[in-house]
Amino acid sequence: MTTSAAATSQAPAKGRKARLSGPDRLTVALMVGVPTLVVLLLVWGPAIATVLFSFFDWDGYSPFSESPFVGGKFYTEAVTIYPAFWPAIQHNLIWLAVLFLVATPLGMLTAVLIDHEAKFTKFYQTSFYLPVVLSMALVGFIWQLMFSRDQGFINGITGWSIDWYGDSRYNLWAALIATTWRHMGYIMLLYLAGLKGVDQSLREAAKVDGAGERQTFFKVVFPVMAPINIIVLVVTVIESLRAFDLVWVINKGRNGLELISTEVTRNIVGEAQRIGFGSALATIMLLISSVFIVIYLRIVMREDS
Amino acid sequence: MPRRPSTEAEYLASLVPASARAQQAMRAQQLDRRALLRGAGVAGAALALPSLLSACGGSSGGSASGGGAASGTVKLGSNQSDAVPKAAVASLVAAFQKANPGLTVVTNTIDHNTFQENINNYLQGSPDDVFTWFSGYRMRYFASKGLIGDISDVWGNLQGYSEAQKKASTGDDGKQYLVPTTYYPWAMHYRKSVWDKHGYTVPKTLDELVALSTKMQKDGLAPIAFGDKDGWPAMGTFDILNMRVNGYDYHVSLMAGKEDWTGAKVKKVFDQWKALLPFHQADSLGRTWQEAAQSLQKGQSGMYYLGTFVAQQFAKGAEQDDLLFFNFPEIDSAVGADAIDAPIDGYMMSKRPKNEAGSKKFLEFLGSGPAQDILVQADPSVIACSEKADTAKYTKLQKASLDFVKQAKSIAQFLDRDSRPDFASTVVTPALQSFIKNPADLDTILGQVESQKKAMFTS
Repeated sequence: MTTSAAATSQAPAKGRKARLSGPDRLTVALMVGVPTLVVLLLVWGPAIATVLFSFFDWDGYSPFSESPFVGGKFYTEAVTIYPAFWPAIQHNLIWLAVLFLVATPLGMLTAVLIDHEAKFTKFYQTSFYLPVVLSMALVGFIWQLMFSRDQGFINGITGWSIDWYGDSRYNLWAALIATTWRHMGYIMLLYLAGLKGVDQSLREAAKVDGAGERQTFFKVVFPVMAPINIIVLVVTVIESLRAFDLVWVINKGRNGLELISTEVTRNIVGEAQRIGFGSALATIMLLISSVFIVIYLRIVMREDS
Repeated sequence: MPRRPSTEAEYLASLVPASARAQQAMRAQQLDRRALLRGAGVAGAALALPSLLSACGGSSGGSASGGGAASGTVKLGSNQSDAVPKAAVASLVAAFQKANPGLTVVTNTIDHNTFQENINNYLQGSPDDVFTWFSGYRMRYFASKGLIGDISDVWGNLQGYSEAQKKASTGDDGKQYLVPTTYYPWAMHYRKSVWDKHGYTVPKTLDELVALSTKMQKDGLAPIAFGDKDGWPAMGTFDILNMRVNGYDYHVSLMAGKEDWTGAKVKKVFDQWKALLPFHQADSLGRTWQEAAQSLQKGQSGMYYLGTFVAQQFAKGAEQDDLLFFNFPEIDSAVGADAIDAPIDGYMMSKRPKNEAGSKKFLEFLGSGPAQDILVQADPSVIACSEKADTAKYTKLQKASLDFVKQAKSIAQFLDRDSRPDFASTVVTPALQSFIKNPADLDTILGQVESQKKAMFTS
């Protein structure tokens, strides 16, 4: 696109279309090279290192070259004797399901409602979007005020004594309510932007043809918004796989709130320094994420071709 | 969040063979920065975590100055991030600078929990010259990795420390690495006014404790306040039951990974705990220790087994004077009740301080009576390590703590200070929480602890 734009504006220099001048070539090389380098250094480097570490028992202090190779030992340990592993996988899947089936549809619904310019639209829009501005950690603190067993708002007005954050029967759902609260606003904003971009004449045409509100949305508006739908889908998957901060703030991801991300952190970052074991967990997480990445890429590439 | 209580340290010395130790120390010096970058890169990029302690410390110029006259700047890394202890450190620094006009101490305060969690990166990066840390395995571990400076010569000038305290400051190689400043015992706390009102008396045996708890339940109190949201308070309960049932020596060897967690001895500890659980405040996994302490303060709970730092939730003066404690009662008369948890906090020097002479001067000051007077007066929930400290100004609670510690025959540090950090944080913490959640699962839980222990302690 850049080349054709340049060609039209500088019509006389015909040769430019095929060959770039020195400075241009340098620019292109920099623009391609720098991001590639950054990606290699910050994404692929650590990712490959993580996979590598997971096969060695390295204590984090002595030279890595001297750490013994342990093969798949840490993977075996993770799936057999590490009690938090299977609950963590399960919780991540529940997280994904709830965001996908509840939070995202709710966000879309609010977007559609607000798009209809009901009264106080601006007010609703702001209040739904407000949580998105807050960090997940802050969201955790705010909901702590609602959920605290002895001092919380919910138990305060209902007279219950449910231990929302502490009882492992409830705390995952409590955390999901807090996440939904924030995720909804995010999706709403994305979707609202998409809805504003839909050509009004399409709706009018649908109306003229006798389509009802619902039909117009599902048969006309929704398909037209395919690109936005894909973005929303991807955002949802990413948000649920990287879920971490909220549960970490609640109780460091223990006692019913285990997620793969919290287990990786617990083993690598803290005083523990089980780098090999933590890397094995991280690699498993990488594999799970790749499944979704592959699905996404296939959809995108099919559309392109 | 206040100080995280923990315990002492005489144990896992045997884990690292002496030959390996010396080599590691040398290697660690060469490798530390690279290792830090790699380690942080993995965790950070794989998870997109926020960056960690990047802000602490300056650039690492690196060259050890060693010896010479003590002057210039000493950098102090402090985990005393709460308002009260932070002010105490500030006045400590002021007093030191007044006595040593040539020296300036620059304090770098880091959030307490953050400091603890990032200690690995901190020590391998560019640590401050002097920094706060704990005694126990937690200290010896870093000493054996060659990440802490030897301060044996400072110890030569220190006075008023007991042999046990020196031992608690000594690494596996027989050198000293820590200047202990303050410590605090764990005990059963109660409010005198509440007990007087109901006519309760201090229980001497487990049976009496159970009888008292039953009475409290009838009076509408939660007998034993309990909050284990943060994961470590339950370690205190486990420690004390273990030391009452199996004794101090068993505690040491259990923490060193030398005992079978599925064996009868550990099971007996949990069986005792199971019998006491109904008297503990319900839903403890969602409650912080602060909330549990407030229930004691409000008179909703009868007693609370915690470190004396529970006093931080009580107003200074009359309210703290109303707070008393008693030793956890005897369970087995053959074992007795003379072992307690009383973790020591102190200061260490980094491996290559930029101002070694100044750092040692400062550490020597920290080990003196007047310096510790400043600390314990600012925070009356702890007591001074040095006998040179002035006990005349102690509050009622501090005097009681001092007497209590003196009568104890064995002092443990705390589960997470006495054992491998990875074992304590990734295995024991979740296991104790699972037990509290579902005591009937005990056999499964202990089986998981044992198999993980084997994998960790043999690696």
